[in-house]
Amino acid sequence: MSEITPEVVAEHGLNETEYQRVLEIMGREPNLLELGIFSVMWSEHCSYKSSKKWLKTLPTEAPHVIEGPGENAGVIDIGDGLAAVFKMESHNHPSFIEPYQGAATGVGGILRDVFTMGARPIANLNALRFGSPDHAKTRHLVSGVVAGIGGYGNCVGVPTVGGEVNFDPSYNGNILVNAMTVGLAPANRIFKAAAQGVGNPVIYVGSKTGRDGIHGATMASAEFDDDSDEKRPTVQVGDPFTEKLLIEACLELMETDAIIGIQDMGAAGLTSSSFEMASKGGMGVELNLDQVPCREDGMTPYEMMLSESQERMLMVLKPGNEDMARAIMEKWDLDFAVIGTLTESGRMVLRMHGEVVGDLPIDPLAEASPEYDRPWVPTPARDELNAEDLPIPADTGKVLHQLMGSPNLCSRRWIWEQYDHMVMADTQARPGGDAAVVRVHGTGRALAISTDCTPRYCQADPARGGAQAVAESWRNLTAVGATPLAITDNMNFGNPEKPEIMGQFVGCIEGMRAACDALAYPVVSGNVSLYNETNGAAILPTPAIGGVGVIDDATKTAGVGFTEEGVDIVLIGETTGHLGSTTYLSEIEGRSDGAPPVVDLEQEKRNGDFVRNLIKSGQVTVCHDISDGGLAVSVAEMALAGGIGATVEQPSGITVPLHAWLFGEDQARYLVATASSEKLLQDAQAEGVSASIIGRTGGKTLTLPGGSPTSLGDLSRAHEGWLPGYMAGTVN
Amino acid sequence: MKAAVIVFPGSNCDRDVQVTLRDVSGVEPVMVWHKESSFEDVDLIVLPGGFSYGDYLRSGAMASKSQVMREVVKRAGNGVPVLGICNGFQVLTESGLLPGALMRNANLKFICKDVHLKVESSQSLFTSAYETGQVVRIPVAHHDGNYFAGEEELDRLEGNGQIAFRYVEQDGSVEAAANPNGSARNIAGVYNETKTVLGLMPHPERLADPQLGGIDGKGMFTSLLESLS
Repeated sequence: MSEITPEVVAEHGLNETEYQRVLEIMGREPNLLELGIFSVMWSEHCSYKSSKKWLKTLPTEAPHVIEGPGENAGVIDIGDGLAAVFKMESHNHPSFIEPYQGAATGVGGILRDVFTMGARPIANLNALRFGSPDHAKTRHLVSGVVAGIGGYGNCVGVPTVGGEVNFDPSYNGNILVNAMTVGLAPANRIFKAAAQGVGNPVIYVGSKTGRDGIHGATMASAEFDDDSDEKRPTVQVGDPFTEKLLIEACLELMETDAIIGIQDMGAAGLTSSSFEMASKGGMGVELNLDQVPCREDGMTPYEMMLSESQERMLMVLKPGNEDMARAIMEKWDLDFAVIGTLTESGRMVLRMHGEVVGDLPIDPLAEASPEYDRPWVPTPARDELNAEDLPIPADTGKVLHQLMGSPNLCSRRWIWEQYDHMVMADTQARPGGDAAVVRVHGTGRALAISTDCTPRYCQADPARGGAQAVAESWRNLTAVGATPLAITDNMNFGNPEKPEIMGQFVGCIEGMRAACDALAYPVVSGNVSLYNETNGAAILPTPAIGGVGVIDDATKTAGVGFTEEGVDIVLIGETTGHLGSTTYLSEIEGRSDGAPPVVDLEQEKRNGDFVRNLIKSGQVTVCHDISDGGLAVSVAEMALAGGIGATVEQPSGITVPLHAWLFGEDQARYLVATASSEKLLQDAQAEGVSASIIGRTGGKTLTLPGGSPTSLGDLSRAHEGWLPGYMAGTVN
Repeated sequence: MKAAVIVFPGSNCDRDVQVTLRDVSGVEPVMVWHKESSFEDVDLIVLPGGFSYGDYLRSGAMASKSQVMREVVKRAGNGVPVLGICNGFQVLTESGLLPGALMRNANLKFICKDVHLKVESSQSLFTSAYETGQVVRIPVAHHDGNYFAGEEELDRLEGNGQIAFRYVEQDGSVEAAANPNGSARNIAGVYNETKTVLGLMPHPERLADPQLGGIDGKGMFTSLLESLS
């Protein structure tokens, strides 16, 4: 009887139509190994079958883009003959099942995507979303994910410099762990995956192959249910020490000109790496599985090809370089094996013990990779919320205190103090500001890096939310004086087979496209994670944006902390008092209705360009963007960061209700502190930028209009206290 | 001042200290791979931070048995100054060049932040550019920095002036709250008996450049430069 029963096909995540295509391509029934290869190559995770149609609509080009989507990571020119190589990738499903290893291997995987291209990783960030703080699993997941990210990143010696964290009940059964790495490479020496040259050796380096992570990519393409814990064996185990050796060994080998193509073994391990290398180079490949370094005896071809053991790379070398390359790998105590050769057959032929155990055509499999135009329905528009319909709080100072100590606005120090954020000695702006600033080693430049997304906006209005995520990223880089250059996107959504979910995806893409276009801020890499659902309940749509910008003169930058007493605080941008879908609304009123703020991209650009010029010209060194919690929260963060208080006053003639003025989340706004506000206001007027003085720094208290003064000590205890208290189990 | 920086597999602060040594002394340090059994004559040997051999065993334990450490121990015995930072400190206690042991942090978590240190004495090769009792701000970044030694041993170290640095509040007071990892008597760094070997958990090389937010760590390298040139 055939081993390929309908049940086996279904277990491999292929539907009937897809299996019919397998039969057509093969011209016969596949064996189990071949079926497994189709399964992973056509999984949502590897094939982007639901998202491809829409991803293609995002802008990906700009003069500074060296390599857009399609390679292991995006590459942009940052001047001085150097390139920044970066990408963000999800490790959501594994991190929920096994938080420490799931998060750790997420970091490992994204590091490999970057150094595969010849770049030395210089910064890690991570965008994390957890369930409600009062959900039984949340503490355990926060603790494990943070320890896993630290455990891996700290050991490999790449600083973890930033990121973001949200808590929301929609993530209760499906957390998001999105890891981003930025690396540096010579702009004219980028390594790619394409294999070339018939007869050239295919080389395996790194760790040995074990039985871990088999079918991880298929798992990552399915929904969760109550039995998901049983999937723990599909999670890989990370070895950051070997990763560190692999980074150094690969970069050393890349200094020679021996490498033709190189690809890390990520999702679907040896299968996808060899397949992609051959496919991109238009080659065939023959692998001798007897040569694959294995951790244990008796591994089957199926296990070897589908294992997701970590810290492994595949490369094609120019012939005659094997001994030199082997010597480098041996210096670093890494395995090195010639496991195959390139052919002109256009087929992937797998041999073991002298027999052919698999034989598949490469192009037909890659080209026939399914692409779906999934049905979608637009997300119904919400009514705009009128701030005047909300009660006016009795004491705005108390409101601020509550917001500053709330789970979604409190300090993330408890997290980032567990990450080595200073190793490599180039971290100029540490976590806690608008964007991390990391020097470009050996030059006068620096990179600014940030991750951003406001999922509740995306839920309320996907197009506005998608645009806002991109705009906030651009704004955060601008707020440290950087010129934003490009983004990587990590699209986390529910089940795309549901038209409502697909509608969220389409809407977010639409908003992102508009913002990327208006801000000349293209997408150069990304990752899609779908089926983020448990028992049919989807996460909030979460298109996490990782932005990278350049600061040409690293001495001209700005920080969020007040540095001087008695100077004016100037608000840049227009305030209409938008309270729909805000943090104020959910924290104080316990509601989450209303449309999210509109993103006026023209204003965004005008205001941002104005602020950036103030910083670049040295006129401003204290700047903070306004986002969650509005103006009042931004002022409070500036006061706490600098240890200097402030008094805020509403300028005369403002008709916006006080609570909406203080806590509204209108976009395209910044706060700066300056001793020469008069000149700034004149310049702003000349540029058509709205600007007004809203207060003055000084003292050790923060006073809002309509509120009792709050001491910085009290505010700091609220802001710094919640997360450590929660993790220790003393507060909920 | 010619310095050697020992590079173990898994060292990750080797470049950071190389940069600081080069900036301060103007002399390019020699980087020595762990498989070497000898290296050129130098004025100073530095064991950098990181996770030598992954530190999957006790931190520093594998590195203390490496080929190159035999040579380091020999030279330390001949009086060549040795500085061990973070993982380097762990290697020094594991190899017996310094007393005590470094256990897992009391809160069991990796911790990375600036701390305040009191310079116990300016009378050493490593601290002559500081004042005795001066409080400096220098970052820590470790999982295993909880210094331990028996009470008698600690008394002896204190009596001999072998305590180099203690974790303190900004005003110099020795408080439990200032101790990031549970170290005995807030000890952040210790000397050998002749004060030619120093191990400390904090990373002076990380705050030795004003662009990174402070230069309190630079004094250690200028001290060495003055003493060894």
